[in-house]
Amino acid sequence: MVATQEAVSSVGVWEDGSLKDAITDANTSPTPPFSHTPTPFDVEAIRADFPILRQLARDKPLVYLDNAATSQKPQVVLDRLQQYYTAENANIHRGVHYLSELATREYEAARIKIQHFINARDAREIIFVRGTTEAINLVVGSYGRKNIGPGDEIIISAMEHHSDIVPWQLLCEEKGAILRVIPINDAGELLLDEYEKLLNERTKFVAVVHISNALGTINPVRRIIELAHGRGVPVLLDGAQATPHMKIDVQELDCDFYAFSGHKLFGPTGIGVLYGKQELLEAMPPYQGGGDMISSVTFEKTTYNALPYKFEAGTPHVAGVIGLGAAVDYVEKINLDVAGAYEAELLNYATEAVAAIPGLRLVGTAREKASILSFVIEGAHPSDVGMLLDTQGIAIRAGHHCAQPLMDRFCIPATARASFAFYNTRAEVDAFIAGLHRARKMLG
Amino acid sequence: MTVADTEQKTQEEQAEDLIQSFEWLDSLEEQYQYLIDLGRKLPPMNEADKVEANRVHGCQSQVWLVAHPRPGTLDVIDFEADSDAHIVRGLVAILKKIYSGQPAAKILSFDIEGFLKQLGLDQHLSLGRRNGLGEMVKRIKTLAATLAPQNAAH
Repeated sequence: MVATQEAVSSVGVWEDGSLKDAITDANTSPTPPFSHTPTPFDVEAIRADFPILRQLARDKPLVYLDNAATSQKPQVVLDRLQQYYTAENANIHRGVHYLSELATREYEAARIKIQHFINARDAREIIFVRGTTEAINLVVGSYGRKNIGPGDEIIISAMEHHSDIVPWQLLCEEKGAILRVIPINDAGELLLDEYEKLLNERTKFVAVVHISNALGTINPVRRIIELAHGRGVPVLLDGAQATPHMKIDVQELDCDFYAFSGHKLFGPTGIGVLYGKQELLEAMPPYQGGGDMISSVTFEKTTYNALPYKFEAGTPHVAGVIGLGAAVDYVEKINLDVAGAYEAELLNYATEAVAAIPGLRLVGTAREKASILSFVIEGAHPSDVGMLLDTQGIAIRAGHHCAQPLMDRFCIPATARASFAFYNTRAEVDAFIAGLHRARKMLG
Repeated sequence: MTVADTEQKTQEEQAEDLIQSFEWLDSLEEQYQYLIDLGRKLPPMNEADKVEANRVHGCQSQVWLVAHPRPGTLDVIDFEADSDAHIVRGLVAILKKIYSGQPAAKILSFDIEGFLKQLGLDQHLSLGRRNGLGEMVKRIKTLAATLAPQNAAH
């Protein structure tokens, strides 16, 4: 009665010891040469890698300051996608033919790149998903549904993105569990004392954002994890905003799950990563059923595939994974320690400049902050500010940033948000500031 | 009341005035400045009406709308509306000029999309903008549709 029984993969990356081959191939496979060697941080050379930055917007040079929404893509990523569809496209893991083996090898090589990028212990701990949202939903739907019951408590923070609120709320409704929220101070910093008070014997999970998309706050996640682990509670970090700005070491953090998106990390849209500790992932039931996640299927009993495939049902976003691999290569070449220092400088420069604008108030003034500048201007709605800056070719975000409870905490409906990447310049900050003055005058 | 000036002009005349004004505006920035000024002239809405029930949901800014048939008429619709954003308030002012004080049949037959396209403002009505304007048009038209059959019977 076996309906389908296929070998996991003709390349068989994990089971038959050919893992090493994949690594070797990944290291020797031709990647396009970088057009520069940044020393120490040559922003103009980096900008040259991003073709979109050369274009005009509203007949003005594009000033792209909406990086927290999505980042632009370097030429190497665009080339890699082109190469994949031009010369490597095939379905993976099952093919008996040349192209399928090639695509499978590149797909698995990207997994290993990402393993190294966040320093996971094992490549099987890297699960490809559509993005941070799906990664969190996977943990909620699999780990959460199995391990959380009536009266159990889940802790999140007041600065979570809706993606790290709503899935937990759905779970709480289903299971009769209770959602607890770590409050913040007026600067937008988590109150760790309050967090400690929330932790108790009913706490079954902690899910916290690493860097806030709306405030820029870098949360003290190591301490948060230590405290949770002291009670044997696992922790998920939403790393969507952190991965483009700082080096992530999941072993050093000792987080149990780490979720991030490719498109914010200079990679393609529609691809993201869930890191999970192997022992936790092993014990979790599948999240979705379909192809590639099974070992054998009969109408009586289906046995599931091993990690990571157990969580990758259906044909995955092969091009996205390979493109993300190229993005990660690029980011490692740039070096996030160097880029992060440059961004911090840019943020300081912008923070000082906006302080001179009358009526402007920063929302989120944490001591530990990534290059995100959220603000409101007296007498101007953030959407007015955004639309008027847009006439100058300057792209920012205006809205609640999918963090409505956080906006409520600050008693505002929305903020305007400029978010910087390592390819932004002081000249762009100057254009942004000039645009703000102009907008204020028009609204004045 | 604010119906006085709309009463003086027909819907076609209001539309023609706006189209002529917008022809003078060379850039998006000038259009926005004009909208900001139109918004300033929009009579403020009663604060008590700015409640959740009257809110037209949008992502970027808030819009409130109270629409009702004019007492003593069968099908003339008056409305008050406001936004917490200046540019959107200008767009609200334009909709008010076109729709408020008009009979239901006129509201339903007016080609709002074509008109906004002529002004160069059609992108603000598109679904993705989420500023509540599209929803506002929908609400006004829905109310008009409930009154229009009476009009036909009349």
